[in-house]
Amino acid sequence: MAGDEMMRGVGDGLPVPEFEAAAWATPKPLAEATVAIVTSAALHRSGDEGFQPGDTEYRLLPSDARDLVLGHWSPNFDRSGIAIDLNVVFPIDRLDELAAQGVIGAVAPRHASFAGNQPDDVATIRIDSGPRAAAQLKADGVDIVLLTPV
Amino acid sequence: MSTLAHVFEAAGIATVTLAATKSVVERMQPPRALFCEFPLGRPMGKPGDAEFQHAVLARAFAMLDAETGPVLEIYPEVIEADETPLSCALPPRFDPSLPAAVDEANGMRKAFDRALERRGVTSVGRVVDPDGVPGALQIFDDIANGALWKEAGIPGGNTTAVCHDIRTYYEEAALELVDGPPPSGRSAEAWYFESTQAGRTVMAARVAIKEQGAPHPVWFYMAPGHR
Repeated sequence: MAGDEMMRGVGDGLPVPEFEAAAWATPKPLAEATVAIVTSAALHRSGDEGFQPGDTEYRLLPSDARDLVLGHWSPNFDRSGIAIDLNVVFPIDRLDELAAQGVIGAVAPRHASFAGNQPDDVATIRIDSGPRAAAQLKADGVDIVLLTPV
Repeated sequence: MSTLAHVFEAAGIATVTLAATKSVVERMQPPRALFCEFPLGRPMGKPGDAEFQHAVLARAFAMLDAETGPVLEIYPEVIEADETPLSCALPPRFDPSLPAAVDEANGMRKAFDRALERRGVTSVGRVVDPDGVPGALQIFDDIANGALWKEAGIPGGNTTAVCHDIRTYYEEAALELVDGPPPSGRSAEAWYFESTQAGRTVMAARVAIKEQGAPHPVWFYMAPGHR
């Protein structure tokens, strides 16, 4: 079986947390909105502390940082794409271009990176580190987040 | 990702999730999800293709116009990973006194250094730096030839991290050795595991570690699960 087919099959069988009351934030018009990226690729700056297996914390990535390396622990996805072009996981240059064109209002000063391979209940991210990251981005004036997995 | 979508939305930040697995977003129902059937590891689809990446973003951001949700859309273009090994030259045997994988890793160093100089950054270095890659392969060669994994001196005591560093060293170097458009998703992985002495040595050590009765995570995550 091909690798992606196998991993999507694993995803089909994974238990997922339930969210009884789904929140819904109505965004500002895109042309006025500040946009951040939140990725689960465990990206971090090359000189900063890496992610540990099962790491439930996050790293904040300054918008001008391009020295980002892959800290994810899973061997089950392509890594050559991000070695060729960071934007295939973390489309920061594309956001800069959209801001320059006026399509989005602004690029956020900071973005957030989590590790995707989490304990099944994702409890810490749900009640602790996730809300902390959201509060920090909110304080930065972020209106819209684009979530990118690997 | 879907968990974070719910969390950020509850904090008053609107989200669009690029989803890699459709069944997960169907069950978790993040407010806005765009399922993109692209190679895993490439959520924006095509490296080095700004036009394509902008098309994905335009589709994703258009979902912010929805007045109610959850909304799930499917990106109309599918990109499948290609597990045909990359066509990438390997260095000739230089020092026959060394295990083939160690000799090969030494021979890949110039390509790796060019990659590092061009990119300015490397994802090698979780437990071994580029200088340590040949030595790590020597250890896996020892294990494949009968050494006990617990006593072989695996750097950091962590097979997954060492294997990440070796594979990344090879894949980053390989991208310097191929011309033409960016390789398809997983073709570099297939080249590493099927065509290189390093990949074969890691796989042989993986079998040996399993047969020595090591816990499942110690050997399993040395390579992708389907291998």
